[in-house]
Amino acid sequence: SSHEHKVNFKKSKEACLSYIQDAMLQKQWKRAAEYLTFYVESLEKDYSREPISPSEMIWRIGTEILCHHSHSSMKEFNCFIEQMKTLGVKRYLKVCLEHVFHLLCNGQIDEAYQNLSLAESWRFGEQTALQDKEMKLIQAYRGLLDYYSWSKQKNVLLERGLDGFADLSVEQEMHSCFRKAAVNLKEIIKIPGVWDLFVKCYVDLLEFYGDHNEARQVLNEYAYNSKFPANPNAHVYLYQFLKRQGESKKSVISALKILHDIVPSHELMIDFNTMLQKSKKRKKRRLGLEVIFAALDYAGWKENVKAWSCLARQVKQIVISEKHLDWIKQEWNSRKDWWPAFHFSRYLAKRNWQENKSLSYEKALVAGILLGKDGKYFKYVSHQGCKAQVKRFRILKKFVNRHNPVYLRISG
Amino acid sequence: DFNERCAQCSEVNWGLTDGGRYYCRSCHNVTERTREVVNTDFMTNSRVQRISKSSRKQEKTDRVCEWYVCEGFQLILKKQAEALEALGVCPQMKDEVLYNFWRCYLQKSKQAYCNRPAGETVKALSVRESSTDVDSEPERPSLLHLLSLSESEGDLQTDCSFASSVSKVSESTSIYSGSVDGSLYLMKNQKEKLRMTMPMTLSFCYMALLWLREPITLSELLRFVIEGHIPYLNVFQHFPEKMKLCGLDLKIFCVESWPVYEEVYNKMLELAAFLDLPRFPDITDSCFLHPDMLCIKYLMEANLPDELHNWTCRVVKKIGIGEVDFLTLVPGNKSTRKVKYDILAAAVIVVVLKLLFLLDDHYEWLLSDFAEERNKNNKEGGLYFEFKKWYEVVKHSLDVEQKKLDEERAKYLWRCEKPLFYSVKNKSRVLKRRQMVVNLQNQFGKLSGSVRRAEKPNPSSFQLRWSEENTDGSCFHGHSLKGILQEKCGLLTAMNPDYWLCTVKLCNEKLCGHLAHYREVDFPQSYHFVLRLFSFLLRIQPSYIHDEVCMIEHKLFNKKLYKKLKYNTVLRK
Repeated sequence: SSHEHKVNFKKSKEACLSYIQDAMLQKQWKRAAEYLTFYVESLEKDYSREPISPSEMIWRIGTEILCHHSHSSMKEFNCFIEQMKTLGVKRYLKVCLEHVFHLLCNGQIDEAYQNLSLAESWRFGEQTALQDKEMKLIQAYRGLLDYYSWSKQKNVLLERGLDGFADLSVEQEMHSCFRKAAVNLKEIIKIPGVWDLFVKCYVDLLEFYGDHNEARQVLNEYAYNSKFPANPNAHVYLYQFLKRQGESKKSVISALKILHDIVPSHELMIDFNTMLQKSKKRKKRRLGLEVIFAALDYAGWKENVKAWSCLARQVKQIVISEKHLDWIKQEWNSRKDWWPAFHFSRYLAKRNWQENKSLSYEKALVAGILLGKDGKYFKYVSHQGCKAQVKRFRILKKFVNRHNPVYLRISG
Repeated sequence: DFNERCAQCSEVNWGLTDGGRYYCRSCHNVTERTREVVNTDFMTNSRVQRISKSSRKQEKTDRVCEWYVCEGFQLILKKQAEALEALGVCPQMKDEVLYNFWRCYLQKSKQAYCNRPAGETVKALSVRESSTDVDSEPERPSLLHLLSLSESEGDLQTDCSFASSVSKVSESTSIYSGSVDGSLYLMKNQKEKLRMTMPMTLSFCYMALLWLREPITLSELLRFVIEGHIPYLNVFQHFPEKMKLCGLDLKIFCVESWPVYEEVYNKMLELAAFLDLPRFPDITDSCFLHPDMLCIKYLMEANLPDELHNWTCRVVKKIGIGEVDFLTLVPGNKSTRKVKYDILAAAVIVVVLKLLFLLDDHYEWLLSDFAEERNKNNKEGGLYFEFKKWYEVVKHSLDVEQKKLDEERAKYLWRCEKPLFYSVKNKSRVLKRRQMVVNLQNQFGKLSGSVRRAEKPNPSSFQLRWSEENTDGSCFHGHSLKGILQEKCGLLTAMNPDYWLCTVKLCNEKLCGHLAHYREVDFPQSYHFVLRLFSFLLRIQPSYIHDEVCMIEHKLFNKKLYKKLKYNTVLRK
């Protein structure tokens, strides 16, 4: 506590700041505002040796308070931010950018656009070069808003087009938006970073205007350039594009393979497995099994019927053909210690049967092969199924009983 | 730019005067609007300001006079004395005592009332001097050097920017200050002439109060200063318009920290010696500052039983700290330890509490339990003093008041309406900033809800008040110490047979700065609480009270300590 008896300007402002912090943490916005009024005179003293200046503090704290305080309005907020912009030239573009974000969050798209344009035209000696990063972001976001306009106009035209009305000026405007957007979006995605939204929009533009080569190049760069941070979404976008374009299975599969490596639990793993199962190549089918097992390692997939049906289908197929049982053995090896408790407990058997018969069916098939006909899960479900006289469970029971030796082989 | 219609001719045809004001080209009407304030563009200000005599002549509204730094201080002392008079101090203080002290000081420091010694010219290094003969002066001190000499905490950045801005103004680097001798003032060797500072104004005041034996202690004086009853912070805003304050003057007159007891006190001693003052008027046992009297006050404030006063008087008498010669200030006498009356009285009370209650975190609670039992069973007669109840009541109030104080510190406003700038180049920036601060204060002030800044509290001698009229039993003044006392040979003594010394050996104050080194963790919590209580009342660090407690204890148990030392040395042999 501050029983400090040597009180000076800096110390009392430090204390003031801690009261503000306290109030903010407890969401007492009135109190925070009150203490801020006592803090602002720090602006009149020079703090250039400190790491964080009062002007930055006031900007950040003021923004928080105005965001949360019940009596504050957008108008007040804008007025405040305009003042903040004049406070620190080294921070000017950053303040502009955050202001824009705030406007966007409050649905004021037009004001946001105006502010972006204004900021873009700002020049201040060597500061302009020093704040190059922020400037690029500003241009990128303006590009994004241009895309948004373009998109709106495109929809308008498409709608009207159905009615047979052609509006030339709107079309021209739409194309000009496209050009503005394209320039800025292209620039920002050159810089290594995570630009998901920008990439998607840019690709959308390119596809609309038929420049598929450029689109493919952009997506490949985004996904495969090692300078960019590893980003699963990049591969998803590439995959979706390739699918749209009806590209060869080979390229599609290689895109999804990387996704599997980075995010084995990704939702696209089902599509991936389905694709791989159908392949004529042995290696691909092998990969497919690996992919589906890996996905089911994750808790989020435990009750996913589709995933289990993929695994069930593939396992069944292998068992029937009596070829490549070693694949199952390999996959099962690292899982036999924990999958039984994780997926095939008696408790889960009961619950799955109660909640989702299809789920229990698929799982029972897999369980029956992997753990044999005497395994808890299979035993319970098949018993329940036969008791209920559901046909497929009877068939399932016969199937597993017939192929029980397989279990002996893979478990051994 | 500026697009308003002229008030005289309704034209929009503006030009700028040398002084930066807008004037109408059509009818030559000069406005009050200056370019700096209107133009809020964020552009580099590459306009060079010319500071020349001629521009000053143009500004008829600015009446500027030449003033010396000591005049500034004189004004401040006058204001402070007036405030003290308003608080009830006798008018003699302002009209006679303080005035004479100040005159004496000016004389001794050769700032006035004397012949200027040959060779020492008042080379006022200010703008008004012609710049031609300045080059001939040998050993011109650098501006930065001057700025660093000042005791006030500056921000070096502002100093540097000021220094660089001034050097750009003119070739011969005229140093800018509103006062005539601002720069000279900072150059002076402190030790020789006891250069005047803002904290020293309080030393002057206290010295005068002590001379008159007024019933205000130094801690009270400083408290009144912080509470705003005595001008100190931003007192320069009361300088008359024609006394312009800027540049190096800021280093001298602007305060950015609360006055510290030790500093003000020590400066007062220095001052008294410097002025060759004789022995101060006697502090007798009828004076407010006498420990017997101050103890009454502090006992009341600490909500302790009146009966304790007998004990404080006994201690005071026993160790001779109530003697006139001990208490009266004799300036220049370095052999006697100087008396801080308020701290001394507080320390006496602490010692008495230790004598009666031991305060070892154990015995006092034991005694309290006995008292509690007795109070439960005997509703008649007076209540026995229960340490535990007292602790609870006082701690609660203390915590509340301390919390308020902490919040006040955090809410303290240092700047005032009058803008401070180092140089004219700095001016527009300062004004802009001030405007922004005011805007932000308004904006967030509205969002503070109905919370209004509390009015300045009325000056009061007592910070904690306890009334016997309260039926909740929260006042302990009338409580009896019977439970903890016993009669021996017709004398009342404490039941407590033990005592623990705060320290066995006192440090050398001149070397260490303290008689002892207080660390909270080394001492019982009850002891710390008592220190904390008086620390709050006197607004000083607990360690200072601890020092006095050590001093008193060593006087009190002198014989026993001496015996022990002798015994130890005998053993060794």
